[in-house]
Amino acid sequence: MKKVWPILVVDDEEVMSESMAAWLREDGYRVDTAPNGQGALELAKSTDYAICFIDLKMPGGMDGIETMMEMRRVRPDSSIIIITAYATVDTAIQAMKEGAQEYIVKPCHPQEISMLVSRILKLKKLQSENVILRKKISRQYKHHDIITKNPRMQEILGLTQEIASLRSTVLIRGESGTGKELVARAIHYSGARADKPFVSVSCAALTETLLESELFGHEKGSFTGADGQTKGKFELADGGTIFLDEIGDISPKLQADLLRVLQERRFYRVGGTNEVSVDVRVIAATNKNLPEEVKEGRFRDDLYYRLNVIEIHIPPLRERREDIPLLAEHFVQRIASELGKDISGISADALKILIDHDWPGNVRELENVIERAIVTSHNGTLEDGDFAWLTQRNKGGQSWDVPDVPLSELERRAIIAVLERKQGNVKEAALALGIDRSTLYDKLKRYDIAH
Amino acid sequence: MNAVYLVAIGSVANPVLDWVEATIAEWCPWPVWRVPPLAFPPDSFDMKRGQYKSVDIMKAVARCAPPEATRILGVTEGDLAIPTLTFVFGQAQLDGAVAVVSLARLRQEFYGLPADENVLRERLVKEVLHELGHTFGLTHCAEPKCVMSLATHIGLVDSKELRYCGHCGAHLVHRFTTPDGEKS
Repeated sequence: MKKVWPILVVDDEEVMSESMAAWLREDGYRVDTAPNGQGALELAKSTDYAICFIDLKMPGGMDGIETMMEMRRVRPDSSIIIITAYATVDTAIQAMKEGAQEYIVKPCHPQEISMLVSRILKLKKLQSENVILRKKISRQYKHHDIITKNPRMQEILGLTQEIASLRSTVLIRGESGTGKELVARAIHYSGARADKPFVSVSCAALTETLLESELFGHEKGSFTGADGQTKGKFELADGGTIFLDEIGDISPKLQADLLRVLQERRFYRVGGTNEVSVDVRVIAATNKNLPEEVKEGRFRDDLYYRLNVIEIHIPPLRERREDIPLLAEHFVQRIASELGKDISGISADALKILIDHDWPGNVRELENVIERAIVTSHNGTLEDGDFAWLTQRNKGGQSWDVPDVPLSELERRAIIAVLERKQGNVKEAALALGIDRSTLYDKLKRYDIAH
Repeated sequence: MNAVYLVAIGSVANPVLDWVEATIAEWCPWPVWRVPPLAFPPDSFDMKRGQYKSVDIMKAVARCAPPEATRILGVTEGDLAIPTLTFVFGQAQLDGAVAVVSLARLRQEFYGLPADENVLRERLVKEVLHELGHTFGLTHCAEPKCVMSLATHIGLVDSKELRYCGHCGAHLVHRFTTPDGEKS
């Protein structure tokens, strides 16, 4: 069933408004008519008209322009089409200046009106879809979606509320999987920028040159394959927030570029000569100890201080074990319904296993573990048996020939082995290793493992 | 009893009225009755535009309808227009009793081409079905081949087919078989 858009036709001549209304009704619209501005505004009180056709010349009382200006106050979302008998550039310009979307000179060709109406309504449909989607997204990332009763986390949530409306740069620190992006989104979607884009970039996943063009965009021909001008994430985030994940992994050159953007909110596209200026809030995140990186000379101290205007440190899951039952319950509900499984909860014994586990991969690991248990479980409740593999892994249960090599070499070998088993699929390998995908990329780079 | 009345406004050739009558008889189960032709009502001609005021013609057609007419269709050679539009091929009361169809812009001669009776007949039949469809509550159909699709120029009249789409056809059958007061 197509949505019936209400349309209003305002003209002092009844034959004009009624014949126009009849013509539009044949097209399936709900059409009302009004003989003057007052009547139009009265009708607009109870109906949110998608389009108002208003005749420019109406004797006595309000003329078309006045009616339009009042209408825009009462119904700012209505599109106004001014109807005039003679085309004079002046009236047209005035009408458009006061906010008319279009004007038509009567009589006009039926095709002209029909195309005009369908074009305006197509736009309205997109706009209303957009509003619905934005609402959906912001619902998804409100503060109350971060589940916690831990006092430190509560404090962090309070802080995100307070700083949501500022433009200050925020640095979020925390181990992999603690929910750094979730906190960044919570800040974005609670503030004045909520209706503008939130753009997320994982700095660890890309090589230096790719990341540079990803962030700043590039001009046509600036490198092989750059066959058109492309906007970077900074430009895409204009007016909104850019989230730079794994900021501790960027190269010295990019550190310098980023410093300049933070200082001046201006930059050049790769291969470009024109400066681009943006209004962007920067939220950066890292699982590295940045002060340590600064001391070691791997991270610019001036950039660190620029980023570290407001610092949020998210505690690892093992330091907020009281949240494990809450989170587990939440994940069971969500994942079971997503997978269409009839699982209602977790037994006390199973919960004890989860609480005792150390969770090096934090909340994300907990989520993955529960997903795995739900997939393999055949009961209505998750039992301790569903998590037995977790305790075995904890104890390192199976005998395993460990050669006398540095720990890092063991890690390297483990990664290669898992990657081979997963046929090079980084996402699956990361899941199996219980680490974040970007952490895995980081380690691949560090150990120089081709994938 | 339900019936469709047919009336000419001004002079309309008899064979043309025969085509219209045959079309209605083919698509609508109700009997078709002709009433004597009407003269164009005074003042219905807009001197400035050289066209007839469609609204005035509709009113005249409505006035001449016998009380038992559930539908009345006017056919005219006059070129019809409404104040905001340069022309209309026809007009109908949505879910009402009255419809009119103009032959003027259905003729090849209007576009500077030699007269063609077959073309005229096909266009007229499509317009009759279209306007009558409106009186049975059908609005414009999104299916471009359906006779109920919106035609804003003669090319679109020609490109639709001489049939209702399944959806519009089903609506009509429902309306033919239920008492006129009960709308779906």
